[in-house]
Amino acid sequence: MVQAVQDPTSVGVVAPRRIGIDAPLPLECGRLLAHHELMVETYGRLNAARSNAILICHALSGDHHAAGFHEGARKPGWWDNCIGPGKPIDTERFFVVSLNNLGGCRGSTGPSTINPDTGRPWGPDFPLLTVRDWVRSQALLADALGIARWAAVVGGSLGGMQVMQWTIDFPERIAHAIVIASAPRLSAQNIAFNEIARQAILSDPDFHGGRFYDHGVVPSRGLMLARMLGHITYLSDAAMRAKFGNELKIATPSFNFDVEFEVESYLRYQGQSFVDRFDANTYLLMTKALDYFDPARDFSNRLDHAFAKASARFLVVAFSSDWRFSPARSREIVKALVDAGREVSYALIESQLGHDDFLMPITAYHDLLRGYLHRVALECEA
Amino acid sequence: MNKLRPDLALICDWIKPDSRILDLGCGKGELLAYLATNRGVRGYGLEIDSDEVQACIESGVNVIQADIDEGLRDFEAGSFDHVVMTQALQALQRPDEAIAEILRVGRTGIVTFPNFGHWQVRLALARGRMPITASLPSAWYDTPNIHFCTVADFEALCAQRGWRILDRRLLDRSLRGGWRHRLAPNLFTEVAMYLLQAPRLEGFTA
Repeated sequence: MVQAVQDPTSVGVVAPRRIGIDAPLPLECGRLLAHHELMVETYGRLNAARSNAILICHALSGDHHAAGFHEGARKPGWWDNCIGPGKPIDTERFFVVSLNNLGGCRGSTGPSTINPDTGRPWGPDFPLLTVRDWVRSQALLADALGIARWAAVVGGSLGGMQVMQWTIDFPERIAHAIVIASAPRLSAQNIAFNEIARQAILSDPDFHGGRFYDHGVVPSRGLMLARMLGHITYLSDAAMRAKFGNELKIATPSFNFDVEFEVESYLRYQGQSFVDRFDANTYLLMTKALDYFDPARDFSNRLDHAFAKASARFLVVAFSSDWRFSPARSREIVKALVDAGREVSYALIESQLGHDDFLMPITAYHDLLRGYLHRVALECEA
Repeated sequence: MNKLRPDLALICDWIKPDSRILDLGCGKGELLAYLATNRGVRGYGLEIDSDEVQACIESGVNVIQADIDEGLRDFEAGSFDHVVMTQALQALQRPDEAIAEILRVGRTGIVTFPNFGHWQVRLALARGRMPITASLPSAWYDTPNIHFCTVADFEALCAQRGWRILDRRLLDRSLRGGWRHRLAPNLFTEVAMYLLQAPRLEGFTA
C-alpha cells in the first residue's frame, strides 16, 4: 500500500462513490427505471471549463475501479497501467470518470441489488439491457456530474461498443471516440460462445431460475464454466501454447479427470476466482447486451448510415493476435466511418496475447493512446 | 510547419481546394497536414509502418494502418476526388492492379515514380551493374523496389489500359523540368509525376 502511494504514476488510494440518478430511464425493452444508482470513481480534476472529462466504458467483467488502489488492497484497478499521472490517460490533464454499468454487480443497481417494489433482490425480474440503455444511463451520470461534453469516451471490447453508441446517440456530447478491440456487432461464432456460457449458468441446479439469492446459494459451477469458456476466447492459441504447452503437472498421466494439465489448472483457477467476485445474473445480462449490440439494425443494416450523425473524431485500435474481435472487425468499423465521411484513424498493434491485449501495457499501444490524447488535451485547454 | 517536401509541393498544384483525398503510403502525413491547413482538404492516409502511423496520430492526421494492396479494397468507387501515391509504385506486388484500384476509388489518381530509363541507369546497366543513383540509392539485394519501369513503359501501360493522362511532369532530381526533358524525356527524367483518370465508360457520369 505504501508503495502504491509513493508511485508517482499511480492515482494512489481511491474510493468509489454511489451516485443516485433520479431521472427516469426508459429502457429499450420497453420498461422504465424510475431511479437507479451507479458506482463511480473519478481520477484527476475537472477543469474550470469542464472540458477535460474522459469517460471510461468497461467491458464484460469490468467495473468502476479502473485505477489506483482501494484502501488496504494490493491489486490496483483493472486499467491502472493506462490511467494515472503521466500515463496514456493522464490524470494530470484529464478528469477521468469510470463507472460500474447499470445491471452490474459491483454496487450499481442490478440483479443482485434490492428491488424497491419487493424488498428482495431483483434477480430475474431485472430488465435485460442494451448498450444503448447503458449509454443513456451514462449520459444521465454526465448530467449529474455537470459534464455537457466528454473530451473523449474510451473503451475496449464491449466498452468500445458503448463508445460507438455514444457517437450515434449523443453526437454533440462526445468530441473523441476511442474504440479498442471491438466489433460493430457480434458474429454468429461470438453469439454461440455467449450462448454456451449462458446455458452453463442456466442449467446449474443452484441457479433456481435466477432466484438463487433466496436459496442462499450461487450457481458457482455454471458461472465457473462460463468464465472458463470466455477465457479461452480472450487468449490466442500461441499465447496459451507459450504459457502452458501441453505440459502435464505430474510425471505420468493418471487416467482420470483430475487436473492433469497446466491449462486445466489455470482455467479452473480463473473460473473459481470469478465466482467469488461476479454475479451470475449480471453475467447473463452482459452477454445478452453484447449479443443485441448492432447499431446498424435501425439503419437498414447500414453501419455507415448509423454513423452519419456522428461528429466525433475516432481512433480505432485492433490487436493482431485478437481472434475474438479480430482486426477485420475493427476494419468494418473503419470502413463504415470512411464511407460516412467521418474523421477516423486506425492502428493495428502487433501483439501476442489475444483479445486481452487491450488491457496490457504494450509500448506501441500506449504510445498511440498517449499521442492521440495529447492532442485531445491541447484541444480542451484551448 | 516545416517546408513541404518539394515533390509533394508540386503535387499540391493538382489538388483542388476543399477536396477529399486519399494518400497511399502517406508516411508521417506531411502532405495531408499541409493540405488540411492550407487548402481545406480532408482525407486519410494509408500507411503500413507503425512508426509512421504514430507520427500521423501525433500530428492529428487521419491515418489508416493498412498496406496499399489490400487497403484499397475497402474503399467505395469514386469516394475520393484524388488518390495520391508517391514513390511507391515500384515497390508494389502488382503496380498495374494498384493503379486500376486507385482510378476506381479516386476520380483522379496522382502517381509518381523514379524513371528507370534515365541515362545514369542505362549507363550503369551498360557497364553490367545494377544502378545506384540519388533517386535509387539501394543495392539490388536490399531494395524495396521490385517493379521498375521507365517513362515509356508507364505510358505504354496507360495506353493499353485506357487510362487517360490528364497531365504529367517529368523532372530531374532537383525537380526541375527543362528542354532536355522535353526533347528526350525517357533519358533525362529522374522523377515522373502523372495525373491520371479512369477511361470514360459508356453511360458513366462522374
